[in-house]
Amino acid sequence: MRIIVDRDLCDLHGQCVLTAPDIFRFDDEGELQYLPEVEGEMAARAESAASVCPTGAIEIKP
Amino acid sequence: MVVGASLAGLRAAERLRKEGFRGELIVMGSEEHLPYDRPPLSKELLKGEREAGDIALRGGAEVDAEWLLGETAAGLDLSARVIRTESGRALSFDGLVIATGSAPRRLPNLDPELPGIFELRTLEHSLELRTHLRRSPHLLVVGCGFIGVEVASTARALGAEVTVVSLDPPLAIAGELISGVCAAMLADHGVNLHIGRTVAEVLGDDRFEGVVLDNGTRIEADLALVAVGAAPVTGWLEGSGLELNNGVLCDSSCAAIGVENVVAAGDVARWPNPVFDSAPMRIEHWTNAVEQGSAAALTLLNGSGPDTVYAPVPSFWSDHFGTRLQSVGLPALADETTVVDGSLEERRFVAACRRDGRLVGAITYGMPRGLLKYRLALARGEPSAPEASLAS
Repeated sequence: MRIIVDRDLCDLHGQCVLTAPDIFRFDDEGELQYLPEVEGEMAARAESAASVCPTGAIEIKP
Repeated sequence: MVVGASLAGLRAAERLRKEGFRGELIVMGSEEHLPYDRPPLSKELLKGEREAGDIALRGGAEVDAEWLLGETAAGLDLSARVIRTESGRALSFDGLVIATGSAPRRLPNLDPELPGIFELRTLEHSLELRTHLRRSPHLLVVGCGFIGVEVASTARALGAEVTVVSLDPPLAIAGELISGVCAAMLADHGVNLHIGRTVAEVLGDDRFEGVVLDNGTRIEADLALVAVGAAPVTGWLEGSGLELNNGVLCDSSCAAIGVENVVAAGDVARWPNPVFDSAPMRIEHWTNAVEQGSAAALTLLNGSGPDTVYAPVPSFWSDHFGTRLQSVGLPALADETTVVDGSLEERRFVAACRRDGRLVGAITYGMPRGLLKYRLALARGEPSAPEASLAS
């Protein structure tokens, strides 16, 4: 599954980081970094992270 | 059947379909709208930065369900498996998700029927208040929780004079440390604060003109917003046989106690969260509506059991006065809150929240990165809270 974050929508809440820290993280500059492709268990966690994004900035695509 | 067409109801409907439920799916809601996002009602929408069309919840139009909008549930007959609506319909169901949310608490002397007195729960409430705020009025906010503080912030940004009256300190749910910081923030932004006070008398016969406080202080104002918390919407379930006590009582998988094939999610559900021991809790946060809606749907399909236990680490956020407050866990339970990073003076810090020496949460103004390790520690179940009680 592909992870796409809309940087215009992202408001750096960090809910995705709290939900799936193995996929999403803040770097030292406070910018959001994430794995672009995940499979299996990680894909399910990426979907959970997308669902709790307050601004709906994360899309998970096959 | 999903009763409640807001965030929890929508996420429940989506999960049912995602898990392969192929039967008939009806989502009923008392508002006329497809599900929309409520956090902007006190902020971007109220301010005029976003419009009604901008706050539709993602997925509302896509989920394969029949929407019964503008229809309010009036009663539940568990033996016949039927829901009666206010318009007189009877809808039968095999499985039920209760997601009717909560409604603003009211104060006996501040009747929202009186012109000039408002409450804030729906899109219409926000748009109506917005119209009035454009006239640079003096706004009296009664209550100082998330909605009270956020509306005070938005109204100041729009040029209104703002006075806050509250029995509790600002953001009491976030703990004393945050209350102090938030009170200073409100004062710095020119908000008149009357903490520890209640409204003794309302001035004006045909429309709101002001209040007299319990200490005799007279405050003339053009508008009042009553924001003193919310109560779960369970009136339609009275007498149904469901256990109701500050919400629908559920087991740890969000299944209603003592009945088959009924689950509850969101503001209306009260369940024992294993992360915080056995006392049932009810959580009104946005993130909980998402996660519990989804979890309850899974329980409806698979039943209560170890695989469907709902054990979230709660979290909330609030944007006000150009900064963001965020938490993980339940800071309200803490008897000790310690700043672990940043500085109180700069209002940019992380604080760890403990009760009897055990971690119960963490909270930050402006440093979201600092929450992660506490979130992970809580999720690992390192320390749990003794006798967690969230009575509200």
